[in-house]
Amino acid sequence: MTDKPMIAFQDVHKYYGDYHALRGITAEIRAGEFFSLLGPSGCGKTTLLRTIAGFEEISSGAVLIDGKTMVGVPPNKRPTNMVFQSYAIFPHLSVAENVGFGLRRDPRSKSEKAKLVEESLEMVGLSGYGARAAHALSGGQRQRVALARALILKPKVLLLDEPLSALDRKIREQMQVELIKLQREVGITFVLVTHDQEEALVMSDRIAVMFEGEIAQLADPEVLYGRPNSRRVADFIGVMNFLPASVTDGPGDAVTAEVAGLGRLEVAPGQISSAPAGDGAAVGFRPETLTLLYEGQQASDREAPGTIDEVVYYGDMTYYDVRLDGTEKPVRISMRNVFGRPVLEVGTRTRVAWSPGALVLFR
Amino acid sequence: MKIPSLKIYAIAYLIFLYAPIFLLPLFAFNDGTIIAFPLKGFTTDWFAKMAENDTLRHALSNSLIIALTSSAGATILAIFAARASTRYRFKGKGGIMGLILLPMVLPDILMGMSLLLVMLEVLKVNLSIATVILGHVIISLPYAIAVLQTAFATLDQSLEEAAVDLGETRMSTFRLIVLPLVMPGIISAFLISFTISLDEFIVAFFLAGNQPTLPTYIFSQLRFPSAIPVIMALGTCLVAASILLLSVAEFFRRRGVKRTGAKDTGGFL
Repeated sequence: MTDKPMIAFQDVHKYYGDYHALRGITAEIRAGEFFSLLGPSGCGKTTLLRTIAGFEEISSGAVLIDGKTMVGVPPNKRPTNMVFQSYAIFPHLSVAENVGFGLRRDPRSKSEKAKLVEESLEMVGLSGYGARAAHALSGGQRQRVALARALILKPKVLLLDEPLSALDRKIREQMQVELIKLQREVGITFVLVTHDQEEALVMSDRIAVMFEGEIAQLADPEVLYGRPNSRRVADFIGVMNFLPASVTDGPGDAVTAEVAGLGRLEVAPGQISSAPAGDGAAVGFRPETLTLLYEGQQASDREAPGTIDEVVYYGDMTYYDVRLDGTEKPVRISMRNVFGRPVLEVGTRTRVAWSPGALVLFR
Repeated sequence: MKIPSLKIYAIAYLIFLYAPIFLLPLFAFNDGTIIAFPLKGFTTDWFAKMAENDTLRHALSNSLIIALTSSAGATILAIFAARASTRYRFKGKGGIMGLILLPMVLPDILMGMSLLLVMLEVLKVNLSIATVILGHVIISLPYAIAVLQTAFATLDQSLEEAAVDLGETRMSTFRLIVLPLVMPGIISAFLISFTISLDEFIVAFFLAGNQPTLPTYIFSQLRFPSAIPVIMALGTCLVAASILLLSVAEFFRRRGVKRTGAKDTGGFL
């Protein structure tokens, strides 16, 4: 991966009649990275992907691929290939004919093309499937054929439109890992559209979170998860607990917050979300940054008393909803289950260990 | 025991529908000039007489020419209309599609009269089988469009986008992807138009001038009782040809469904 931009969006706007689908997208996707566009349905992520492929004409601004402007360049002349949500496997053609479809205009000989097709199928783990009818494949296999078909042309950018959403959970998780491996192997820039935050976190080098036609935050997964820049992003990615806070500035760069249930604490500048919070200030915690303290255990940093409101047992994990003393809404705490340690019951009085360094202040 | 009334109803319904058609071969092979029971002996004379009849042969060839050309024309026009109505959004689309489909419910006699006026007074052309062809294109077009609209609407648009994405132009995409996948619909549309044209009477009656078509010929012969057994033989041949045609069409439709792995939804035929 280099820092050279493979795709650049420059103030991209897209209107459908009166509907403003893309509202000034400016961003760069680096060459060779696995990039995800993440957001709820209707946020414009698929539209943005389709402006790269050339299926959507932008209303204003510019899209550049590898430094060249793509205005007026039709999809068949762009150095991109796409894996469609429905896979778009041609049902009347065989697997090999599907994979080799993009080579139709290639001047190479038939045997060379057949070799390329076989190599492509091998890459996605479908060697020997060439003669099969495409419509007889399973969902996971169709997905692989779509990948092989798109990658055989060695595009500069591979676009993936919710490629895993139609698969079963098990196959989906397996395909996630395979896609990451494949991307490293071929070194092509991958741009993935997904509404599944977990999928984006697992697969991406960087993620752009989109709401209502705008990029809310563009960062790598750890930053996005650990330091979301707004309550909305924090809410969309994983679970975040919010506790209302009243804030006073100082000393120096730091900020002092009076947080319900936790008390008074200082917040470092790096922990303060840049975007304004909607309804007053609040601090946010991820469930795994809190720990329930068992009898006799000591908190390494700070602790707060509370009562267990709800227990959700997941096998490897247990989620506890704990109401801290002096607060109304319970906070969620995730605890890894350890052999020999009992799952606590609803109504138990407990202490919660926490650390000021793990919180984010939204103001 | 419970009386299976629905079953009885269904069987009675089928008899009512098809029994009259079975009377055609019955009398076509009956050795008697009067169409009445009891039947007399078995004969194939009426078929021989039918084959010798020059006017009938002329009417048959006219009808086949008209049916083939008008159904080809209607199908091609219908491909454009169905494609436009399923793929593109344009102003007044609802109204335009409604007007295109309207002739389906318009009385044929109105079509016949108004087309006659257009041919004679506006275009000032002589009546011939060409004018009948034009009329039949107009009559069968809505049916062809209705069939093809379904075929185009069930086509996943991302298939076309995928082909363009892989380097094809819009034209070659249409040829390589769209056309093969809507082919069963095209064949259905063609056959429906063909059948409509073949047995259409009113428009042909108005627009054919002195040229006979099969339906107008049959109608003209009904005045002569002696000609009726030959008409029965002709009807028998038409029934046989229809069954053959539908079987062939269904064969190709099923093969198409099997090849693309689509779910068999029963089809039109």
